[in-house]
Amino acid sequence: MNNSKPNKFWGFALKEFRHIFRDKRTLLIIFGMPIAELLIFGYVVTNEIKDANIAILDKSGDYLSQKLTSKLASSGYFIPTTYLYSENEIEPVLRSGKAKMVVVYEPNFAEKFFREKNAAIQIITDASEPNTASLLANYAGSIINSFASENGANELRSSPIDIRVRMLYNSELKSVFMFVPGTMALILMLLTAMMTAISIAREKELGTMEVLLVSPLKPSHIVLGKVLPYVGLAFINALVILFLGYTVFDLPMRGSLALLLLVSFVFIILALSLGIFISTVSKTQQVAMFFSMIGLMLPTMLLSGFIFPIENMPLVLQWLSALMPPRWFISAIKTIMIKGEGIAYVWKEMLIMIGMIVFFLTLSIKKFKVRLS
Amino acid sequence: MEKKEIIIEVENLVKKFGQFVANDNLTFKVFKGEIFGFLGANGAGKTTAIRILSGLLEPTSGKISVAGYNAYSQRDLIKANIGYMSQKFSLYDDLTVRENIRFFGGIYGLYGKILKARIDELLSDLKMTEFKDDLISSLPLGWKQRLSFSIAMIHKPVIIFLDEPTGGVDPITRRSFWEMIHSVANQGTTVFVTTHYMDEAEYCDRVTIMVDGRIEALDSPANLKKTFNANSMDEVFVMLARKAKSA
Repeated sequence: MNNSKPNKFWGFALKEFRHIFRDKRTLLIIFGMPIAELLIFGYVVTNEIKDANIAILDKSGDYLSQKLTSKLASSGYFIPTTYLYSENEIEPVLRSGKAKMVVVYEPNFAEKFFREKNAAIQIITDASEPNTASLLANYAGSIINSFASENGANELRSSPIDIRVRMLYNSELKSVFMFVPGTMALILMLLTAMMTAISIAREKELGTMEVLLVSPLKPSHIVLGKVLPYVGLAFINALVILFLGYTVFDLPMRGSLALLLLVSFVFIILALSLGIFISTVSKTQQVAMFFSMIGLMLPTMLLSGFIFPIENMPLVLQWLSALMPPRWFISAIKTIMIKGEGIAYVWKEMLIMIGMIVFFLTLSIKKFKVRLS
Repeated sequence: MEKKEIIIEVENLVKKFGQFVANDNLTFKVFKGEIFGFLGANGAGKTTAIRILSGLLEPTSGKISVAGYNAYSQRDLIKANIGYMSQKFSLYDDLTVRENIRFFGGIYGLYGKILKARIDELLSDLKMTEFKDDLISSLPLGWKQRLSFSIAMIHKPVIIFLDEPTGGVDPITRRSFWEMIHSVANQGTTVFVTTHYMDEAEYCDRVTIMVDGRIEALDSPANLKKTFNANSMDEVFVMLARKAKSA
C-alpha cells in the first residue's frame, strides 16, 4: 500500500500537467499573459510625465526667458510645441489639447529678474486631468527654481528655510517600481487562483470528481494533486516577472533574493487556497471564472495599493484593503526589493498571509465536509 | 440464487438532508454475482442510496454493510473494493484512451507491470488496441460508455455500481452494454444498477422500485409482473409511481 502511494500521487500530477500542456489556450494564458501584462503595465500605464506638449507665451522675448524655455525643453519632460502671441490664444490651445500646460513670461523678464529681483512667470495647466496637471506644475516649478538659483538668485531667497527634497528608494520617481510588484501580485493571484478554481470546477462539471471521490484517494490528496502543478507553474512565472522587472525595467534587487522567493511562495499558496475556496462554492467552470475575475482581479487592481495609494483612500476602503491578500504581498516585496529590508520588516505581512491561508483552507474543508454528510 | 453469499446488507437505512428524508427505512440484501436493479423516478432517492453504498455519503442511521465492510467506519475499505461508473461516463476528454486507463488504474493503486498488463488486457477486451492513442473526445459515445465501464472494473472490484449507465445512448449500444454487464455478473461480480428505462429492468435478476424515498417493491421482474398482474415492468412501475406524493 505504501509502495503505491507516491505512484498514485505522481500519476495525478502527471495527468494535471497533461491537461495543461495539451490545451494551447491554457498554455498561452499561463505563459503569455504574465509577459504581456508586465509589458503593458510597465510601458503603457504610467504615472510619469515624459515629453508633455506645452505652449509658451513669451511677452518678454529676452535672452533670459529664452534660456529658461530651452532649459524646460531639455529637461525631457516638456516639449514646447506652440508659441503664442497673445493671452487670447491661451484657452484655445488648452481646450484643443495641443498643450497640457502654458508658460507665460511677463514683459522685461530679464530686467526685472536682475534689477528688481522679482520676475513673474505664470503657469497654466489643464486640470481636467488633475494628476497630470499637478505633476506638470511640480516639475516646471522645480526646474524654474533651480534655474533661478543657477542665475544667481540664491542670495535673494526670501525664505530663510532652504528646503531640499530627496526622494529615497526611488529617486527618479519611476512608476515601474510600483507596477512590477503589483503586476506580479495580479498575475500570481489570477493565474494560480483562477486556474485551480477552474480546473477543480471542471472535474465537477465532467463528473470525474465523483469518480475520484469514490476511489480510495483521500480528498486531501485529490486537492493536493490538483494544485501541485500550479504551484510549480506559478513559481516559474514569479521568476520570469522578477527577471523581466530586473532586466527590462531596471528594478533594483536590494534585499535578499531568498526572502523574496519565500514571500512569493507564501503568496502562491495563499492564491491556491483562495482558488480552492472558490472552487468549493462554484459548480461550473463559468461560475469559477466569474468569481475569480470579479472577486480577485478588480480588488487586486483597485484596493491593493497597486494603482491607487492606500493612504489616499477613504477610511472604509482602507479597512477593506486590509482584507485583500495582494496588499500584503505587494507591501512585502516592495520592502524587500526596493528598500532592501530583511525579515524584521516583513514578518507582519508574512503572518497575515499565513493567517489567510489557514482561514481559506479551513473554510474549504468545512464546506467540503458539509457536502459529504 | 437464494443460497448465495450476501454481499450488500442494508437494514433500516435512513438518510436525511435537514428535514428532507431522501431514503426512508430501506432494507434489502444483494447477493454475490447478482444484477440488482434500482428503479425509480428522478428524485426518488436512487442516487442518494447508491452514494451511501459506495462510500460517498454517510448514512444518517441504519445498519449497512458493503462487501463485508461497515458503511460508517470502513468507507475507505469499501471504496477500494467497489467500482463506480456515473451517468456522465466521466473520462478525461483531452487525454488518450491509454492515458485514461493508466490514470484510473493508478488511483486504484495499480502500478508497474501489473498496471501495464491490465491496460493491455483491457484494450484487447474492448478491441480498442489500435485506438489507444486517440483522444477520448474523438470516440463515439458508445465506445466511451464501454471504456468507462471497463475502467470502473480495472481493479477487479467485487461490486460495481452503475448510476444510470445508459443515459443518452441509442438502443443498440444499450443492448451491447447490457451484454457486458451480464458477462461480468457471470464472472461473479455483483452489479448494482440504477435506471429509469423500464425495459432494462427486465435484464436484472431482481428489481427494487423506489417511490418517494421508500422501497415499494422488491422481487424478480417475473414475480413483480405476476404480483401486480401486469404485462410489463413499465405497467408495474406506473402502478406504483401513482402512489407518489408528487403524482
